[in-house]
Amino acid sequence: MALQLFARPVTGLLADTLSLIPQRTFGVSSAVAAIQKMTRVRVVDNSSLGNTPYHRPPRVIHVYTKNGVGKVGDKVLLAIKGQKKAALIVGHKMPGERMNPRFDSNNVVLIEENGNPTGTRIKVPIPTHLRKRMEGDYSKVLAIASSFV
Amino acid sequence: MAASAKSLEICLFSSKLLRNIQLRNERFLSTSGCRLVAGSDGGRLPKFTPPPKPVIVDKTQNEAALRKFLSPEFIPPRQRTNPLKFYMERKDMVRRRTVIDLPEFYVGSILSVTMADPNASGKSNRFVGICIQRGGKGLGATFILRNIINSQGVEICYEMYNPRIQEIRVLKLEKRLDDNLMYLRDALPEYSTVDPEMKPVPVSASGEVPVNTLKVKMRPRPWSKRWERPKFDIRGIRFDLCVSPARMERAQKWAKPWQEFEMLREYDTSKIEQEISSEIQQEMSKLKST
Repeated sequence: MALQLFARPVTGLLADTLSLIPQRTFGVSSAVAAIQKMTRVRVVDNSSLGNTPYHRPPRVIHVYTKNGVGKVGDKVLLAIKGQKKAALIVGHKMPGERMNPRFDSNNVVLIEENGNPTGTRIKVPIPTHLRKRMEGDYSKVLAIASSFV
Repeated sequence: MAASAKSLEICLFSSKLLRNIQLRNERFLSTSGCRLVAGSDGGRLPKFTPPPKPVIVDKTQNEAALRKFLSPEFIPPRQRTNPLKFYMERKDMVRRRTVIDLPEFYVGSILSVTMADPNASGKSNRFVGICIQRGGKGLGATFILRNIINSQGVEICYEMYNPRIQEIRVLKLEKRLDDNLMYLRDALPEYSTVDPEMKPVPVSASGEVPVNTLKVKMRPRPWSKRWERPKFDIRGIRFDLCVSPARMERAQKWAKPWQEFEMLREYDTSKIEQEISSEIQQEMSKLKST
């Protein structure tokens, strides 16, 4: 009984100090170059591989472009849950051209070897200028998108 | 669409009026006998009250006329570039404004932009969001709209004078405490969420633009910028919830209180504004007459 009485103010004090002490902060992938090697990305489809929790975030380990910088519509290789998986970039933090959307996270969609998506639904809006490059190869990725922006 | 609706309304109203007149005529000719009989039975006639005159106020049309407003991109930057360049750009801007209505808006207003998009279905793309920044002078003026769609933050930077823009509508005209709302990226998502199906909120055409004194709550650190630093001079954040007093004090180390007395940094645009607005009015009237 006495312990409980004692504990209440202590916990209150703890909560107060917790809000004031700066929490341990982690750097996030900045918007310097759109997507490059070691960029942490967010998988936005509903595939089980991308949505089950794992102690490491998925990282880009290769970008299939000439200059090593991936933009919307480029193919990348991910290290996800201890395995290698190809993915398609569908949005990044770095502002692109004017009149094109910029997203708050680096979004990718997992794809198979032949270009078909692994998941069956994309939860977030997809930029329309992805269509300009992707109509032929990745038409199934565009087909599972829920909304365009 | 709106115009057709309005004309329909007017049609309906006029038809109602006609019917009223007919009714009254009938009554005077005493063709409606039953009513008269009922009135004589009761001892007094039901008094005729004419329907109230409808006041048709067009909220969209006369807004610009009442409040004097010069879009900030008309004011040239303070530099040594030949003023002729800005003069010619202004001419082009006025010519664009005769074709499309670019309304008055501020950082913090909620806008909807329809633009031509060859990749979108229906070849046009509509985006609704809160304006978080206005940038650029002259023909290259831009503004950034931000919204959260399916819990994904999206921002689009629009060029005001881009021919791809088909329509800009102000859904809610208001100002915020700051001139730049980039900190909404680090704020809680409800502060940048706007309903895409939002209806336009009417604002009085003549009075001052309302200032929304909303203070936002921030997400825990890390943020994209150290918003507590004095150079941003931000008043729209609840710093008492997210930054410790010691940190606020430390941030004051970067304060430059002498800069407000620096006369060379001062750029008084009131005179330029008057000159340019008169020039634009002349240009507009010239273009309209031809």
